Amino acid sequence: MTELPAIKKGTRKLSIIASKGSLDMAYPVLILANAARMAGIETHVFFTFWGLDIVNKKKMNKLNVAMVGNPSMHPMFHIPTWIGAIPGMVWLGTWMMRREIAKLDFPPVGEFMEMLVDAGAHLYGCKMSMDMMKLTKADLIDGAEVLGAMEFMEISEGGQIIFV
Amino acid sequence: MSILDTVKFDAEGFMTDPKAWTKEIAEAIAAREGMTLTERHWVVINFARNFFQKGGESPTPRNITKNTDVSTKELYELFPGGPGKLVAKVSGLGKPHGCI
Repeated sequence: MTELPAIKKGTRKLSIIASKGSLDMAYPVLILANAARMAGIETHVFFTFWGLDIVNKKKMNKLNVAMVGNPSMHPMFHIPTWIGAIPGMVWLGTWMMRREIAKLDFPPVGEFMEMLVDAGAHLYGCKMSMDMMKLTKADLIDGAEVLGAMEFMEISEGGQIIFV
Repeated sequence: MSILDTVKFDAEGFMTDPKAWTKEIAEAIAAREGMTLTERHWVVINFARNFFQKGGESPTPRNITKNTDVSTKELYELFPGGPGKLVAKVSGLGKPHGCI
């Protein structure tokens, strides 16, 4: 039989900390978490501070692209920063990015999050951030849990961590 | 002697020649990965084979869930070791390149 490298099933673990809630900071989290599950990697995502918006049922489908102070806007859409301050530009930039994302067949944030739950990724709202923003578990997408930072450290032990 | 003795794999365990694939090989690869194939696995595998024949690419999980009646949840239950790679392995195809 052809020699194969040992299959390291269940030995790899990835934790992602999502700390930003803009559309362009949400997708890297979603795509990386989903790719990890596709590869059979145990996956945990900790949503903290503005990142909570991604796991918040009422906000997840209303994330915007930050136009001002976002240096990446220029090369992609050729929008100088000062134009980003004009009313309506955030809406326009967000609309453009949503359209580009949909063209690649990536689902909207809410649907993507449901897919992650179905794919078996573990999602957590940061307890301290939730207290600060007066949120409860009922505000989070079904399947997500509320977790303290210390418990997240315990869950992450031995795994790899990505901070977004 | 296993049926897999005659099959060529790359270093990651993907078959190097999709044309050499048979249903018996699929069963043997699945067994090696700790799975027993059911009718529902075959819905996914048959779709994967057709997808490859049409476009020359291995399907990603989203390709599968959008074009079959297999949901994301079921797909992960059928291929618990990660459908991104396992579907292609069992279907005798190369690693999928899509990100979703």
